[in-house]
Amino acid sequence: MLKLERRATPSSIMSVASPLLAAVGMLITGFVLFKVLGKDPVEAFYLFFVKPVSTTYGIGELLLKTTPLLLCGLGLALGFRANVWNIGAEGQLTMGAIAGGGVALWFGDSESAFALPLMLLAGVLGGMAWAAIPAFLRTRFNTNEILVTLMLVYISQLVLSWLVHGPWRDPQGLNYPQSQGFGDAETMSILISGTRVTWGIVYALGLALVAWIFSQKTFAGFRMQVAGLAPAAAAYAGFSEKRNIWIALMICGATAGLAGVCEVAGPIGRLQQQISPGYGFAAIIVAWIGRLHPIGVVFGALLMSLLYLGGEAAQMGMGLPSAITGLFQGLLLFYLLAADLFITFRLKRVAPVEVNTLKPPVRAETAA
Amino acid sequence: MQRRTFLKVWSMSIAVGLGVAAPAAAPAAEPLKVAFVYLGPRSDGGWTQQHDLARLALEKAMGSAIKTTFVENVPETADSERVFRQLAADGNKLIFATSFGYMEPLQKVAKLFPDVKFEHVNGFKTAANITVYEPRFEEGFYLIGTIAGLMTKTNTLGFIGSFPIPSVMRNINAMALGAQAVNPKIKVKPIWVNTWYDPGKERQAADTLIAQGADNVAQNTDSPASIQAAQEKGTYAFSIDADMSSFGKKAQLSGSTEDWSGYYIDETKKVLDGTWTGNRRIRWGLKEGLVVMAPLNPDIPPEVVKVFEEKKAAIIAGTLNPFAGPIKDNTGKEMVPAGGKMSEATFSSLNWYVEGVEGTVPK
Repeated sequence: MLKLERRATPSSIMSVASPLLAAVGMLITGFVLFKVLGKDPVEAFYLFFVKPVSTTYGIGELLLKTTPLLLCGLGLALGFRANVWNIGAEGQLTMGAIAGGGVALWFGDSESAFALPLMLLAGVLGGMAWAAIPAFLRTRFNTNEILVTLMLVYISQLVLSWLVHGPWRDPQGLNYPQSQGFGDAETMSILISGTRVTWGIVYALGLALVAWIFSQKTFAGFRMQVAGLAPAAAAYAGFSEKRNIWIALMICGATAGLAGVCEVAGPIGRLQQQISPGYGFAAIIVAWIGRLHPIGVVFGALLMSLLYLGGEAAQMGMGLPSAITGLFQGLLLFYLLAADLFITFRLKRVAPVEVNTLKPPVRAETAA
Repeated sequence: MQRRTFLKVWSMSIAVGLGVAAPAAAPAAEPLKVAFVYLGPRSDGGWTQQHDLARLALEKAMGSAIKTTFVENVPETADSERVFRQLAADGNKLIFATSFGYMEPLQKVAKLFPDVKFEHVNGFKTAANITVYEPRFEEGFYLIGTIAGLMTKTNTLGFIGSFPIPSVMRNINAMALGAQAVNPKIKVKPIWVNTWYDPGKERQAADTLIAQGADNVAQNTDSPASIQAAQEKGTYAFSIDADMSSFGKKAQLSGSTEDWSGYYIDETKKVLDGTWTGNRRIRWGLKEGLVVMAPLNPDIPPEVVKVFEEKKAAIIAGTLNPFAGPIKDNTGKEMVPAGGKMSEATFSSLNWYVEGVEGTVPK
């Protein structure tokens, strides 16, 4: 019989190594899978992990897709560490896009230098305002933030849909549900010429550094960590749970809102029915792959982004179905969670207890 | 024969003599690369599946002259631009974009790749290397209206709408007009679900419409949920994009489906023989075989089938225009005068209901 037993001290080396182990596990399973499908695994891996980033444009696309994943992942990771389960970054992102896009439409054809900074600010505030709803409901009425944040995703998408079908619809657009295109003053400038990557990635990387300093070096960050690791200790120390919830949700609202406005002021260049292909949800995986650590989240976001691009390349190059992207993402998370389980627990063989013997069962402690 | 052999030897010797690897002789062997970009999965049982079936038919028809590639589940976000660009960079010379939300990214990529030919479904922005194509869905929906108008006992039809964009507004209006032409008492109740594919929402909408007395429900969404609902409640429904009768043999009366293969083969041939041009706006309907009515339910009485066949023949012959005047909107305002035709501008930006459709268009 096998039994899971908690380890006395989880290995700190292994907790850093587990994402790498998970990646190796994903690759081995992928290898077997390609073999079974009758595809050359080496070519498949080349298409999946090398070809997408073999050109400057490809690297630009990687960074472009990393931006929203990283921004949302950073905010979520800070919250998860403090036991604040915000799973509605997608909604905060959408609200950020709406607020930023609204400012852009208000400026219209104006050449004002204030347009873009105000758009970014509006995006951040829009995301924060949306995250304030679950924060208020949780701290005031003890409402479950998982449900509220998730429901607000759908509401935000309907608000966006209503705006682009109604008041913000392009009058020249033959009633198609999209706003007017933003002018040059309302569009973020390109970071690397020949690509679509904008300054958004620089903001995101800068914020990763800020998040690291916040969580490692500030008292507020410390309070949040304690609240996550040992809620009772945090309460005993007099750390306000409400304050932690507000901080966690406001930070995530801000970063997700920024992600949203960076999409519409960047590659999309207008408001339309769909802004994000689910970055807010994918960022939950990113946060966990990154061990809820800001620097880890950077790598997690890059890897997830590459999996998206690789999935496209594998479709184009080998005719593989698009489900391959989801499959690899799922494998990665599966192995990561499995690795985590074995960091805190170990498998132990326990001799089956026979009813008619007098020998006492082996106690786990003595064997350990 | 001799002459050809002579030419071959002659050209080859020239090529060798010039020290080039005879690229002039090669093009015939190099297949034309044709790519398809899909919004949904190929197995969606509707819209995307029909495009992919046509892709396979195209491969079969053209053999080694072409090579096709597809990318499925491409969202209408910033991602589609990368997919188009990558396909063009990979040497695809003809790219079919099968969702209207790809319109803006396509404009950008088409400028970067002037030698690649793009075709966009249901959009309205053409360019020197972009041609727009759309089915005349309204013909199919007019005929759905014909059947529904004769089969209904409650004089109330239901319509499950996805998004109130012009191409969908044309369908609900065509259905209403088709039904009213055979039954002036017809009312149409729409429900908008704000999605192309969500079986749960579509099912709820169908149940609501049936509960409100709509005994014939048509849909502009992609799942067979409304067919299943009608099958359970003993009412009628109509499929879209593909024949969905396997989900409700008794319930599905007919449907408006698409067969894109003829169009795709035609356009590919145009590229191969060099006659392809951009800036076209192509509409194919029943006549060209792009819009195909799903098989009629054997429970439809022969006198209804007769009217249906007459109307269908008239549309194919061009003597029946679903949007011929007089057409009033549902506030009673005359939109198309008697004896007139709907103008191109109205047709391509339609955002009002015809008389007999209840409610207001969602804004």
